[in-house]
Amino acid sequence: MIKKEWMTVVSQQNIAKNIYELTLQGELVQEMNEPGRFVHLKVSGQTMPLLRRPISIANIDQTNSRFTMIYRAEGEGTKLLAEKKAGDQVDVLGPLGHGFPVNEAQTGETAILVGGGIGVPPLYELSQRLNEKGVKTIHVLGFQSADVAFYEAKFAELGETYVATVDGSLGTKGFVTDAIREFNLQGDILYSCGPVVMLRALEELQLTKKGFISLEERMGCGIGACFACVCHTQNDPTGTEYRKVCSDGPVFPMGEVAL
Amino acid sequence: MSRLETKLPGLTLKNPIMPASGCFGFGREFSQLYDLDVLGAIMIKATTEEPRYGNPTPRVAETPAGMLNAIGLQNPGLEKVMERELPWLSQYNVPIIANVAGSQVEDYVEVARTISGSPHVQALELNISCPNVKTGGIAFGTVPETAKHLTKKVKEVSEVPVYVKLSPNVSNIVEMAKAVEDGGADGLTMINTLLGMRIDLKTGKPILANRTGGLSGPAIKPVAIRMIYEVSQQTNLPIIGMGGISTVEDIIEFYLAGADAVAIGTANFSNPYICPELIKELDEYLSANQIDHISELTGRSWSKDGKRTYYCS
Repeated sequence: MIKKEWMTVVSQQNIAKNIYELTLQGELVQEMNEPGRFVHLKVSGQTMPLLRRPISIANIDQTNSRFTMIYRAEGEGTKLLAEKKAGDQVDVLGPLGHGFPVNEAQTGETAILVGGGIGVPPLYELSQRLNEKGVKTIHVLGFQSADVAFYEAKFAELGETYVATVDGSLGTKGFVTDAIREFNLQGDILYSCGPVVMLRALEELQLTKKGFISLEERMGCGIGACFACVCHTQNDPTGTEYRKVCSDGPVFPMGEVAL
Repeated sequence: MSRLETKLPGLTLKNPIMPASGCFGFGREFSQLYDLDVLGAIMIKATTEEPRYGNPTPRVAETPAGMLNAIGLQNPGLEKVMERELPWLSQYNVPIIANVAGSQVEDYVEVARTISGSPHVQALELNISCPNVKTGGIAFGTVPETAKHLTKKVKEVSEVPVYVKLSPNVSNIVEMAKAVEDGGADGLTMINTLLGMRIDLKTGKPILANRTGGLSGPAIKPVAIRMIYEVSQQTNLPIIGMGGISTVEDIIEFYLAGADAVAIGTANFSNPYICPELIKELDEYLSANQIDHISELTGRSWSKDGKRTYYCS
């Protein structure tokens, strides 16, 4: 069930250049049962910024009623969020959207998890759940450069982990697809989150038969009512058929939405 | 009768607070958050004869105390709204106001004829003020004669009262209001969004794919107040006021300006529980200020026998 709650900041850490890891505590965590969903945060009680900010869930700890987000402080809203300190309250709406289907991967299979930049975080909770289920995970993380890279070590604890940076300052020089080719990575199922250009390149690569991708889009309400974050489908790329990223997604089966 | 119960043409409202069209879809999403029965009414998303995908994204951009949107009247079309959305929404005990849009007079007439015949629809809201479509929409809302003609044509076929949604993008709002009153309108809803734009400093191009969009949110409230203040003194039509309402104080201000009911738009996005919260708070406000009925406040900012001190908290 979707809920709105004033949650308490447990910790806030700057883990890479402009990248923050924020952990919140509250009852709402008990509603978080699927990786890849997101929360919608009101970072200010004032009218600027007016709208909420959609942020993906990176780690769920239901035992302690805590969850963690990783975000880039780039715009006005996320910069304000970065100022929150332990003990502060944050207005959280969620969990929202449809996440990554863990059940699509079978025990003993290999899943390739590919993240680009700020699309990496939701894969962390996903990878833990896949491993719990006995699915082998291979991680490919793409960043602009070494100074904005994060969580490589944490992913490495869960499975093979490859990093690509555009400037070559860490791992393979180039994109995630370059790392996939370089190491000839293969698996049964693909899960990915990141920029549309990356998702499109992955679809073209046809690495696995089955795959699920998570999209980003500017949102209004975050619950499917305002039609701000709509996209076309591959079946009907110019017609009236559509999917709402916030409520039908953000995760879609590969090949469903037009990228 | 409760302090909030409000009677308007075609509508008996438990309270005068309703979500504005385009900010609430057809109610399905918000029904997961709270019981829609608490609402005064629901203004459903604009319906056109054929399904519409709307504009490319980005469709929204934030602005100081507001937002721009250019959705472009995305909707499943008249047939699906009649078959699917209205019957579903009718499970709630809430009057439905159907927002009607089109590209030409014939489209409006056709949608109005069909949708007003639905047993679930209590009133129409004629959308002559959408700024985000190439044809129709605002084109009907900026020339008084055109607006009057369209209102008349829709009135001829509508089986329920017709409220006309006015655009603020005009030099003389009173003239527009009088024109649609002459055309036979039963009420007014005002205001729609103000045409605006934002430019991305990195690309040097407009942020919205549609380039321009409609500005809403607290930023436009003073414009709405001024227009309702002017129009309410010059027409006899009831006014459902909207434009940046997010607090009970805003609602009181709209009433003092001349509103008979209010709609909540953008605030539903920042706080999806805003409507039920305001309904509760408005009742408490009236009680605390010994106001027997909300309608006592209508037009008090300009009426000669106004008892302003009566309303001070």
